[in-house]
Amino acid sequence: MSKITYREALNQAMVEEMRRDDRVFLMGEEVAEYNGAYKVSQGMLEKFGPKRVIDTPITELGFAGLGVGAAMAGLRPVIEFMTWNFAILALDQIVNAAAKMKYMSGGQYSCPMVFRGAGGSAARVGAQHSQSLENWLANVPGLKVVMPSNPADAKGLLKAAIRDNDTVVFIENEINYGDVGEVPDDEYIIPLGVADVKRVGSDVTIVAHSRMTGFALAAAKILAEQGIEAEVIDPRTIRPLDENTILASVAKTHCAVVVEEGWRFAGIGAEISARIMERGFDDLDSPVIRVTGKDVPMPYAANLEALAVPSVTDIVEAARVACGRA
Amino acid sequence: MPAKQNQEAGITHDGLFYPEARLHEMHDMMLFIRRFEEKAGQLYGLKKIGGFCHLCNGQEAVCVGLHQASEPSDYMMTSYRDHGHILARGTDATAVMAELLGKAGGVVKGKGGSMHMFDIEKNFAGGNGIVGEQVPIGLGFGFSSWYKDDGRVTICIMGDGGINQGAVYESFNMAALWKLPIVFVVENNQYAMGTSLERASAETQLFKRGISFKIPGMKIDGMDVLEFEKKMREAIEHARSGKGPMLVEAMTYRYRGHSMSDPATYRTRAEVDEWRSGRDPIARLQAQMIEAGLATEEHFKQVDKDIKKEVAAIGKAAEAQPEPDASELWTDIYSDPIENAYPYPGKVN
Ligand SMILES: Cc1ncc(C[n+]2csc(CCOP(=O)(O)OP(=O)(O)O)c2C)c(N)n1
Ligand SMILES: [Mg+2]
Repeated sequence: MSKITYREALNQAMVEEMRRDDRVFLMGEEVAEYNGAYKVSQGMLEKFGPKRVIDTPITELGFAGLGVGAAMAGLRPVIEFMTWNFAILALDQIVNAAAKMKYMSGGQYSCPMVFRGAGGSAARVGAQHSQSLENWLANVPGLKVVMPSNPADAKGLLKAAIRDNDTVVFIENEINYGDVGEVPDDEYIIPLGVADVKRVGSDVTIVAHSRMTGFALAAAKILAEQGIEAEVIDPRTIRPLDENTILASVAKTHCAVVVEEGWRFAGIGAEISARIMERGFDDLDSPVIRVTGKDVPMPYAANLEALAVPSVTDIVEAARVACGRA
Repeated sequence: MPAKQNQEAGITHDGLFYPEARLHEMHDMMLFIRRFEEKAGQLYGLKKIGGFCHLCNGQEAVCVGLHQASEPSDYMMTSYRDHGHILARGTDATAVMAELLGKAGGVVKGKGGSMHMFDIEKNFAGGNGIVGEQVPIGLGFGFSSWYKDDGRVTICIMGDGGINQGAVYESFNMAALWKLPIVFVVENNQYAMGTSLERASAETQLFKRGISFKIPGMKIDGMDVLEFEKKMREAIEHARSGKGPMLVEAMTYRYRGHSMSDPATYRTRAEVDEWRSGRDPIARLQAQMIEAGLATEEHFKQVDKDIKKEVAAIGKAAEAQPEPDASELWTDIYSDPIENAYPYPGKVN
């Protein structure tokens, strides 16, 4: 095991996969000479040269589409969006082209590629640069959506995403880039669609992804001091969603809290709650509780910003209500 | 100017010799596309073809010229007005007709319909319904040829309306910046649905739209198959030789409405007639071939009869096909079906 940052883990994943498969290339704004806006591609230009690590003009729709065409023609593009906020300009290529190409072409063409970049709420950057859009993308059949919460998962999942034969939307967390964690030294892959139980507990199930996984673990610690053992599940892949792991936990705890940074309306929490209701109804002793970002554009002022995203306290309170110990 | 060369029969156009057999091939394919589209129109009228159906009558010389001027290994992609292009490319016409009818033997198994024709073996990459969407995708195909150095050229086709999309200029810039082997072809049929070129474009000389990206442009008569083919060869050669992209404006006209539901009341009868009787690409080639002593009017009448029969048989064969199996609903979404990941009605609990 080595201790490395989340950003280094992502870098290692790309470097290893590019060494392994020369069809893989990295393209995006500032990825080459500048070493990445968040330094995820640090040193990659030096290692692979300008043919495989390519700086683009500021032209999200254009280079997203370039990736789609290149994937259809047999390459394995990794397309970096500086952040997912800017990928909104490229949604036509992600949703109308990449996700549907296999179906529309009757299975003839596929788009084995990764769209990756920073997502989630950031710090003090206001409404346009601070938001969670994974529910938009997870809604689309044909896309896979992956959101790692720690360095080890980030590396193993990104390697799997690059090898995957479908289009993978890989949403990193802007605030987690500097997080340090243990990462295995030997090569490993984390298959897509497999959740991870980050903490075992028997009193309440907490499902949380990306940065909220850390919040959920912090909440579990506080709950433990109060005599409540929370089980924390990180789906890691939003689509396909490993609902079996979630349902097995609910069968044990009989209650659940679903946490997400994104907006409440039609969010990931809504989907997970619905699935628990559809398939685990008889296991529930109480309604599933959603802890979500507030349904407001992200404000700038520090106090307002803190109010807009879920806090550890919010999760603790929700868990106590869920298991009837409020 | 008809001329014989090396004893072989044919026509020399602008210094390029077209042997007799190729002229027949080009003619027969243009006529086949026209009759195929008429059949499609008829089946649409009978409600056997559904949804949007965009015919290319009048634009056949562009379809055939592009195919003749390019290599089978070159990539091609276009908009929803795709029947003529995929037929010229050599895809089985019964499969194309079956696709229009939503049948199991359709070129994409009945999952795409009129607007989404694909044939990976013919390097035909769609069939795209979002105006302009195929342009960044074509950029990617061109990029792959640069990356692999495979000598292929990408022929990326758009309309005079499509060229106004922002994605087109993003693509022009990158294609020129990295000198990618792409020929962008604008089928300027003068209209985007009901909007004439003048009402939508500040610069109506569309071949100039690449100037600020240093992409050379060519305006070609798209109603003259020999002229179009010849000039298209030069454009493709330019791209193949590593000089970067080229922009071709093909001057053409669609005889029918935008789609089957459009009566095309925004243009005058006289305007349509001017193109139809004055510049029709099929009549033009026939006249050239007759003048060169390569065929007679009788011959062309017979060919037309035969093609009509063939198209009728294709329509019948396609109509007789079964609809896709219901299980096809769930295939071709992901590469590997992921067990238990996607609950759907009937499987829940
Ligand atoms: C992004 C987008 N906007 C609008 C439409 C609706 N639409 C379909 S075809 C068309 C006109 C396009 O005209 P042109 O590019 O000239 O191609 P043509 O139909 O003449 O071949 C429009 C507006 C669409 N399909 N996609
Ligand atoms: Mg047009």
